[in-house]
Amino acid sequence: MGASAKPPAKPPSAAGARVMKNLRRQGVAALWTLASIGSIIGLWELAAAMGWADPLLMPAPHVFLGNWSEQLHFFDMANTIGSSGEGGSWVGVLSVVLWTSMRVFVGLLLGFVLSLAVGVLIRYNTVFGKLSLPAVTMFAPISPVAWLPVAVFLFGIGDKPAIFMVFIAIFFVMVIATLAQIDEVPKSYIHVARIMGASKRQVFRTVILPAILPGLFVTLRINLFAAWMVVLIAEAAGVGSGLGQIVMMARNTFNASLVFFTMTLIGLAGFVFDQALGLMQRRMLWWIDADKANGK
Amino acid sequence: MTMKNQKDQPAIECRGVGKTWNTDSAKPFVALQDINFEVQAGEFVVLLGPSGCGKSTLLYLLAGLEQATHGTLLSEGQAITGTSPQRGMIFQEAALFPWLNIRDNVAYGLQLQGVAKAEREQRGLDLLARVGLNGFALKRPSELSGGMRQRAAMARALALQPKVLMMDEPFAALDIQTRAKMQNYLLDLWQQSGASMLLVTHSIEEAIGLADRIVVFTARPGRIKTIVPVKLERPRNPRDPAFHALHDQLAELLADEVDRAFAEQEAAGAAAV
Repeated sequence: MGASAKPPAKPPSAAGARVMKNLRRQGVAALWTLASIGSIIGLWELAAAMGWADPLLMPAPHVFLGNWSEQLHFFDMANTIGSSGEGGSWVGVLSVVLWTSMRVFVGLLLGFVLSLAVGVLIRYNTVFGKLSLPAVTMFAPISPVAWLPVAVFLFGIGDKPAIFMVFIAIFFVMVIATLAQIDEVPKSYIHVARIMGASKRQVFRTVILPAILPGLFVTLRINLFAAWMVVLIAEAAGVGSGLGQIVMMARNTFNASLVFFTMTLIGLAGFVFDQALGLMQRRMLWWIDADKANGK
Repeated sequence: MTMKNQKDQPAIECRGVGKTWNTDSAKPFVALQDINFEVQAGEFVVLLGPSGCGKSTLLYLLAGLEQATHGTLLSEGQAITGTSPQRGMIFQEAALFPWLNIRDNVAYGLQLQGVAKAEREQRGLDLLARVGLNGFALKRPSELSGGMRQRAAMARALALQPKVLMMDEPFAALDIQTRAKMQNYLLDLWQQSGASMLLVTHSIEEAIGLADRIVVFTARPGRIKTIVPVKLERPRNPRDPAFHALHDQLAELLADEVDRAFAEQEAAGAAAV
């Protein structure tokens, strides 16, 4: 029966052409990224060459990137609090970056999961909602920096206070975002599920959760940068180790090269995080991008 | 034995049903009053009335999504206390889930019932074939036209083999040509499935084209003005003089109600000033 309805087979080159087109688009995007960073480095180098920037305070990129071998020993492989530098290799640099990244990652994960859970509880449990919503709304505008002493009181020094800071930086915002997302789920979706006999739990798992995830991911991505800022503050302000601690040590020892070298690492790490989260978003929430492409 | 018993019972029965919103407030709003009618097994009933007369509210009560404030609602003789897969419903917007492809949307009810993945995928494909959507199984809702989305919504509702299928202005958002086609689709599905149909519309043509009986509503508060049987042979032809006569009769009945609704709104506006 289906012989006449069968569409003509696609020419075999179509898929190949699409891959080529994608590659070209990504190549162009990469070129613009390079041009963007290149022009900043160019301007900086120009300022240094013309003598506008003090080489002691604002060393040019070729200086602070060029003398990396002198900076390496500040990056200790062990995640030791208050380390004054027993490292000396790129492995040390990598491990410091990874320790800081780990704190951001764990803090984000905890924040995401717990804020989702609390947001859902607020909406589904009337008593809990009425009890906690005013508190959440009150805590939300408090700057994470104000929580730093609390973090130290509660967790002393080490990984935990830094993770706590990341967590607190996104938690309240994400709770409020979760509530907003739940309220925006179209009533007709919920009606469809209920009419088909979905239990409360099934409505949540098969309708509410997939409907709110895209918006939550966007909020998480926006707050990723806040998380990076906070983790550095936590590390710098006596919590102990990691990139933030190295920036603070560089400040105390008046090592401008080390400041900018570490800033470069922070920028790169933040960029990689954002890209990874973006990739995850596209993989998990495939229908959003596709719907946008269809103009819906 | 029970089967026979159930067959004797009307698929849907309303006895003195009323719905008042904001009962606790100073200004309670009476949406429905003293509704009495029934839908027999396999019957196609259309609820016709001016906008805002409470006919959609009645569907929500029958679906079990809202509670009536007065009277009794029965489904095959049993009181309606909540939602049931026996009573399917289709909304004006198809309300397909954007995170599922069409096949999985159609098989959603089977997923809720714990049908194994392979089986529900196969049944999803079969259902799509019934509504003429084979080849669209792996598309997403946003890739389909409005009429196709509504057909997928029908397939989704039929997946649970409901005894009654309720529709709240299902074709109101579609263009006229698509509407006519969709009405034919619906009649085919009705005849194949043997389910009772209860459709809400404000279009007189749609009502005459589809119904065995038309329940005409008054303007607010919604009451049943009259019930008009449609004795025309199917397929019905809008150019048939009998179709015309019925159309005129219904238009007159509705015109009174629309006039009344307007007068009431104006009075309310004047009172507010």
